[in-house]
Amino acid sequence: MSDDDDGAALRHSERLARIAADPRYQALVARRSRLTWLLTAVMVAVFFGYILLIAFDKAFLARPVGGGSTTIGIPIGLGVILVGILITGVYVRIANRRFDPVVRDIRDGSEP
Amino acid sequence: MGIPPRLALLAIAIFLPGLALAETVARPAEQQATNWPAILMFASFALATLGITRWAARRTRSAADFYAAGGGITGFQNGLAIAGDYMSAASFLGISAQIFSDGYDGLIYSTGFLVGWPIILLLLAERLRNLGKYTFADVASFRFAQTPVRLFAAFSTLSVVLFYLIAQMVGAGQLIKLLFGLPYGYAVGIVGVMMTLYVLFGGMIATTWVQIIKAVLLLGCATIMAFAVLATFGFSPDALFARAVEVKTQLALSSGTPPPEAAQRGASIMGPGNFIRDPISAISFGMALMFGTAGLPHILMRFFTVPDAQAARKSVLWATGWIGYFYLLTFIIGFGAIVLVGSNPDFLDSSGALRGGGNMAAIHLADAIGGNLFLGFVCAVAFATILAVVAGLTLSGASAVSHDLYASVIRKGQVTSEEEIRVSRRTVVVLAVVAILLGILFEKQNVAFMVSLAFALAASGNFPVLLLSVLWKGCTTKGVVWGGSIGVLLALVLTILSPAIWVSVIGNEVPIFPYSSPTIFSMPLAFFVIWIVSVTDRSPRAAVDRGGYEGQRVRSETGIGAEGASSH
Repeated sequence: MSDDDDGAALRHSERLARIAADPRYQALVARRSRLTWLLTAVMVAVFFGYILLIAFDKAFLARPVGGGSTTIGIPIGLGVILVGILITGVYVRIANRRFDPVVRDIRDGSEP
Repeated sequence: MGIPPRLALLAIAIFLPGLALAETVARPAEQQATNWPAILMFASFALATLGITRWAARRTRSAADFYAAGGGITGFQNGLAIAGDYMSAASFLGISAQIFSDGYDGLIYSTGFLVGWPIILLLLAERLRNLGKYTFADVASFRFAQTPVRLFAAFSTLSVVLFYLIAQMVGAGQLIKLLFGLPYGYAVGIVGVMMTLYVLFGGMIATTWVQIIKAVLLLGCATIMAFAVLATFGFSPDALFARAVEVKTQLALSSGTPPPEAAQRGASIMGPGNFIRDPISAISFGMALMFGTAGLPHILMRFFTVPDAQAARKSVLWATGWIGYFYLLTFIIGFGAIVLVGSNPDFLDSSGALRGGGNMAAIHLADAIGGNLFLGFVCAVAFATILAVVAGLTLSGASAVSHDLYASVIRKGQVTSEEEIRVSRRTVVVLAVVAILLGILFEKQNVAFMVSLAFALAASGNFPVLLLSVLWKGCTTKGVVWGGSIGVLLALVLTILSPAIWVSVIGNEVPIFPYSSPTIFSMPLAFFVIWIVSVTDRSPRAAVDRGGYEGQRVRSETGIGAEGASSH
């Protein structure tokens, strides 16, 4: 490694350390982590709730709704798929609107 | 004579009760008459994709182009390509076949295959893009000692890819034999050669575009089929379900079942059946699908083809939307097949079973809806589907050898882009030969357990390693190598001892491990071993590993330092 490379690497790690100490960064990380774990927990609960429902109460899911042949299991099963799509949609929307501008600020503000 | 593609293809059939296995012996897959419209339509797909490969080859100059399409794929395109990677022939033919025979149970598979996507998005997608270059091992080894972590990653990637590849090759051979009337060996050979051409010359650019085209074709043909089925019933799903119950009841009656029991059997397709029996197997299977998706190397690799974290995020949203839509369509297609195929003697043999085996439900439905020409189209799409999935797998396996083993472990990173691509291309050829040979070797074997094994391995090795390396400061080199390796080995051993291999393949009477999936044991064990080894790790390396966390975290959250990772 040349001296220039060493210098660049040093400046880069100083920049990272500066960002790590930036309150805006810390707030962003905390908010993002709260949101992702919350949504992950919802997805895990919905899916394994569905699986356990099948394991323990098949008769409930086979109950007809609306007087026809459609059973309650069908909206529930399709609902699990829909929840999966919705969760990705919610996260992407929040990340695009709330997180990206903050990330941009932090990056621009920390330019060496 | 091989086993019917129903089992070969429907790799997830490991979760099926033993009944389906007995069927194997009773109904071997016969070769059909040569299907010219299907062959012509497939030939035009082959020509078009080879044209794309030629175009892509001219744009493939650096290692970044070869492994990651130069980072130039948009979020929307990557979403389609991911969907293409994920919607294999097993999901299209296998899930519609599952619904055709058991009704509701097919929907349970679909939900399991979908719920892994939010997990990838929330926990990994953006971090992968911000930290990695070409393979997930770039991310897993970011702050760790390169050699041990890369060795683990290459070993686990190659195991996952190999099992997945065997299942696809055998499925491809069986399916093409059936659909096109070509001999098994030819079919496997054509898949091997075409896939080699794509990956060898066109690298990730060609592989991505083949996936995109295939995804559009598959979504298009499934949309037409589902639309036609619904149109038959005045766009009332309830009318479709009611008629399906009637057909199933009639079938039970005509096979001599007394009326009350027949009515019960008819109605049973509207609720969960035998698929989920004991809660342990159910949760274990759910874990393998949900977290295994987040550890599949050929899927993770797709996140390096986009320019930044925002595009990585968008690609998951598109992929999840397309995949969810596709499963909705297969649900309608499966029920449509019960009505339009299950009641039509043209599609059934003398014993009342489907001609050509259970996996043919969607194929016969295409015939019932659109005649011979549409049948040919659907067959060609099914072939294209297998080809695209196999190409993605091969590229991922080759990158584990050239980027992780050769460039990082053997040459310690002192390697030029040209040298790395050369090794990668040689590996593609070796992998293709191995895949063809294994495909032929396993022709008569029951390979149904192999895709679910791949998911279990990914959930027990790659996923815990990746997750803790990006999220937990205390994680060390020693921890991930021990934890990941033990998770993978336990998943492998328990699968061998489970009913799918110990009883169905080896032929023992009683399985040593009674559950259908090992993941409920192997995945938590992997997490536990990573934790215990890391917290007790007092080596000098461990201090370096922990010290590197803060910088890694800033980069993974903000993307600083990731710019240009894929463009040089």
